[in-house]
Amino acid sequence: MARRVAVVVFPGTNCELDVARAISSLGAHPESVFHLEDSLGSAEAVIIPGGFAHGDYLRTGALAQFSPIMESVSAFAAAGGPVLGICNGFQILTETGLLPGALQKNAGLKFLCASVGLSVASNRSVLTRTTTVGDQLQIPINHFEGNYICDRETLAQMKANDQIVLRYTDNPNGSLDDIAGVSNEAGNVVGLMPHPERASAEILGSVDGLVLLESFLAPL
Amino acid sequence: MINKATYQALGLTDDEYEAIVELLGRHPNELEVAMYSVMWSEHCSYKSSKVHLRRLPTTAPWVLVGPGEGAGVIDIGDDLAIAVRIESHNHPSAIEPYQGAATGVGGIIRDIFSMGARPIALMDPLRFGSLDDARTRYLVEGVVAGISGYGNSVGVPTVGGELVFDDCYRENPLVNVFCLGILPKSRLVFARAEGVGNLAVLLGSATGRDGIGGASVLASAGFDDSSATKRPSVQVGDPFEEKRLIEACLELLDEGLALGVQDLGAAGLSCAAAETAAATGAGMDVDFTQVPQREPNMNPIEIMTSESQERMLAIVTPENLDRVLALCARWEVRANVVGHVTDTGRFRIFSGSFTGNDPADMSRCVADIPCASLGQGPVYERPQARPLDHAEVLLADPAPALLAMFPDGTDLSGELLRLLSTPTIGDSSWVWRQYDHQLFLNTVVGPGGDATVLRLPDTERGLALSVDGKARFCRLDPRTGARLGVLEAARNVACSGAEPRALVNCLNFGNPEHPEVMWQFSQAVDGMSEACSALGIPVIGGNVSFYNESRGADIDPTPVVGVIGVIDSLSAPPPGMAFSPGEHVVTLGTTLDEFGGSEWAYVVHGIDGGSPPVADLEAARYLHGLIRDLVSRRVVSAVHDVSDGGYGVALAEMAIAGGVGASLIPEDDQSHAAWCFSESASRIVVTVSPEKLSEVLTAAADANVVARDCGTTGGTRLIVNGVFDVAVSDLATTWRSAVPLALGVNE
Repeated sequence: MARRVAVVVFPGTNCELDVARAISSLGAHPESVFHLEDSLGSAEAVIIPGGFAHGDYLRTGALAQFSPIMESVSAFAAAGGPVLGICNGFQILTETGLLPGALQKNAGLKFLCASVGLSVASNRSVLTRTTTVGDQLQIPINHFEGNYICDRETLAQMKANDQIVLRYTDNPNGSLDDIAGVSNEAGNVVGLMPHPERASAEILGSVDGLVLLESFLAPL
Repeated sequence: MINKATYQALGLTDDEYEAIVELLGRHPNELEVAMYSVMWSEHCSYKSSKVHLRRLPTTAPWVLVGPGEGAGVIDIGDDLAIAVRIESHNHPSAIEPYQGAATGVGGIIRDIFSMGARPIALMDPLRFGSLDDARTRYLVEGVVAGISGYGNSVGVPTVGGELVFDDCYRENPLVNVFCLGILPKSRLVFARAEGVGNLAVLLGSATGRDGIGGASVLASAGFDDSSATKRPSVQVGDPFEEKRLIEACLELLDEGLALGVQDLGAAGLSCAAAETAAATGAGMDVDFTQVPQREPNMNPIEIMTSESQERMLAIVTPENLDRVLALCARWEVRANVVGHVTDTGRFRIFSGSFTGNDPADMSRCVADIPCASLGQGPVYERPQARPLDHAEVLLADPAPALLAMFPDGTDLSGELLRLLSTPTIGDSSWVWRQYDHQLFLNTVVGPGGDATVLRLPDTERGLALSVDGKARFCRLDPRTGARLGVLEAARNVACSGAEPRALVNCLNFGNPEHPEVMWQFSQAVDGMSEACSALGIPVIGGNVSFYNESRGADIDPTPVVGVIGVIDSLSAPPPGMAFSPGEHVVTLGTTLDEFGGSEWAYVVHGIDGGSPPVADLEAARYLHGLIRDLVSRRVVSAVHDVSDGGYGVALAEMAIAGGVGASLIPEDDQSHAAWCFSESASRIVVTVSPEKLSEVLTAAADANVVARDCGTTGGTRLIVNGVFDVAVSDLATTWRSAVPLALGVNE
């Protein structure tokens, strides 16, 4: 599975080393790509890791969409390449318009770092294609703005297209329809609030994140 | 010439002012006096504590950097070192809780990466007044939000801390912050201005009018009705700026582009520049007009002493300047040459460009002082006095009254639940769920356990960390209380199988001009010194916070320590505290009728006074050695330190963690109440499978530790025969709701 994976780094990104470590443990080759670059090189997959890109100033993910690298990411996604946004990466993908909906402040108005239960809602996406619908996973969340929202038509459309990828089993943040992760219509672009890289070793308490990352890295 | 009112308003005494005049051979100007007032303040100069701190043991073969630098550094093998520091941000947090706490986090992170270390962990020991006070609830929410807002965003996980409530902190909360960084030994750097002609480059934020006089005005005086007007002395933090500074500075050091970097802390640029030069005996010339300013028309005093956050001073050679500027531009970090290293031994500030040699330049010189003199402040041996009522306090033993109220045969179930509902003992996850405690994938045991356990990337080793303070014991007897704080932190670390390697301390005390406070301080230093020597733990750094007082009332003496332990082989998480069914419950250590300063006597029953528990250092050494051995050989299934609330609370926490009860028999030669709630030191509860029971009992006997098999785990109730009997679910509900209920927040 020795895939070359571009890990996009903005000023303020902080999960890039963790993501690199987790996917390396699966045999992938992470390549750090700074936001000022305009090419993804020969990457076969792209991950936008968590953190606080550009300080999350203005609005989470709002400034990152204007970084030069995002044009290449959009083109890569349009060509069907696998793109994964984790946490802040998910927020960036919704701001960029690669994924539907938006993430607003948690219902409890507090930052939340905790392990949560997830249920696979669709295995049509690049992140879940090796899983079975209904599979239960235990993966940490770590966010202030993880409360997923979209308008009614979008939700209906997403359901019709099987774009809801993961749901919380015990909704921690008020997300609409318990949504923890969604994909684009084609299923090659996925965003999720939980951090699969944080559930990547027995000694950390869970390896369920590897299930998702393995699926993402598997040959198309 | 400066008038008396001006220097006094800056916190200088007449004698101190005279000393400055003598050093300079003339009267200082306003800018010079402003620099001295900060550098000679209690906060920066340690003038009242220095003579005492010398008594602490500070050396060990693995200590690379001891007290006095930005951070203490120890060698942990594999060419790796860790840098550690602890600090207080008490007064800023009392005035503006969010920014006060946030900038405390920012400041300590800069101290760590200025040594060349990548900050990988924060811990926050927090102390507040009782939560029945609305302002206290506001302070708790604000401080926690500030730590969360800054720490999470800057990308350094907050992996543990303390949450303690006592009314002595009502007006003067204690917000301490501990930071740990990791570095390849080869990257260790010191902030030293070397090489005449080398450049001083100011990195990071533009300089504003925030935080002027923070160290002298805020940190070195107590609180009164005018405190709210000191709000402009609190700085404002920008974690995004700091995150870019971390990356830029570590990259500068990695690529050998900076000879050293220094944090701009107290007294801002003036102190950072003078200190780096004083460290080598060199001199430094600075042009204050080159400092980027946030607002127009700032005067040189404001520019040179502003404590605006997220700024560093790098010393670079002229040849490397272009590369430094390019690297900083890539990280969007502002970088400006503001001065250069000289061989004059003097710190000079100019208005406009200068060479320093042209006599015409000297007309633009606005300050000119010997670099070293800023660090040559007064040293005081302040008078000490044991409080007049101290002997009386020690004799007021709460045991007779409590044992009379609760003779054997009394059902103590309600008492146990009352203890679990106190916010100090109750579950503090409301706080730490707001902290990112997992970043970097090192957190094997996060907040909530006896010690935090981190794995060290690319090695088999791990670190165990614990921060502890026993202020109520210190109030009764500061020397014993300080010993007990060290013992508890070391015991927590031992419960993870770690060997303690270093200790840092944050000494929070009242007004040092009160002889009773200086007595408490001196006693606490002695107690800490004795415990550290007995356990072989060097003190590698610390911070003294005096003037924690409000309207003349001092806080309880509160020495807080952070102990860093090393686990040689961390292949799986340490046992943790959770009960699982079918195990034997074994208590290790000796229980006496010790209720003085205990949570049960003081918080539940309002009985003050008495002696703190005995701090037997030899017994502690035996116990720590035993538990380290049992844990590292994986003989025990669960381990929990016994602390606030005694065995009763320790057993309840183990039952709650596992969702499993136990059926136990109390010790028969001891009153039931003491067995449950005494806070005797050096005790641990373990669980062990039936096959390994005799091995544990033998190991304990060999180690000179009293061990007792109390019964077995299982069922849904925690039962101690004839003492208490409570459903584990009720224990859990009470314990989990304690803090949210007291805060009045919905969960």
